[in-house]
Amino acid sequence: MSEAKPRIRVPATAKVGDVIEIKTLVQHVMETGNRKTADGKVVPRNIINSFTASFAGKEFFKAEIQPGISANPYLAFFMKVPGPGEFEFTWVDDAGVKVSQKTPLAVG
Amino acid sequence: MEIEIIGRRTFLLGAGASLAVAMFLANLPALAQEPLRSLDEALKKVLGDAKPAESGITLEVPEIAENGNTVPFSLAVDSPMTPESYVKTLHIFASGNPQVGVASYTFTPVSGKAAVSSRMRLAKTQDVVAVAELSDGKFLLGKRGVKVTIGGCGG
Repeated sequence: MSEAKPRIRVPATAKVGDVIEIKTLVQHVMETGNRKTADGKVVPRNIINSFTASFAGKEFFKAEIQPGISANPYLAFFMKVPGPGEFEFTWVDDAGVKVSQKTPLAVG
Repeated sequence: MEIEIIGRRTFLLGAGASLAVAMFLANLPALAQEPLRSLDEALKKVLGDAKPAESGITLEVPEIAENGNTVPFSLAVDSPMTPESYVKTLHIFASGNPQVGVASYTFTPVSGKAAVSSRMRLAKTQDVVAVAELSDGKFLLGKRGVKVTIGGCGG
């Protein structure tokens, strides 16, 4: 996986019970395993195969990802704010590389 | 001379057998996650014998995608998203891709809303199909056609 930091967008502030949108973007080639090089060799599959989102230590959303997702995967989803806390997002690719990022949420 | 030939044949047989065993063992995990090659196969795996209702899923895709490498999509399911009634999983399939699986999203009541947006690859003009698995065991299905000008997947 690229060394570039994933990009996360969450609202600046939120109230308990608000349904907020979370937007994520991570850099990854998402090699499908279908592609061949000029000399006919199959380029081995290497995609981000899983993504998880937790808030205040509890997982609330998960994605199992297949080769049909585009390179540099963008993913937006929602959460109903349960209380104060911090997000933790984790991406894992076929090579076993794991990238995690924590993002605070100002609940007030 | 005779002995040497037999010796070589026995060796080849032995090598062949151990290669076969090694290939069998190597294939075990691969079989478990064999990619789904057809929509029918994918739907059967998700639905089993259940009959999905063809309503309740909003599937937004462009009518015409100029670049099949990155086609935006949004999925949303009508659901109260309470512990009593929520969407457990939402699957999206590209019926005409060499591997039909695109992604499967798992929600919880804390998700608040069973909706996602992302970007997918489409190899050619085809139907995009979404299937939702609800907490009461029912299924919903939605389908939209997309015309693709330049295919993705780097065939």
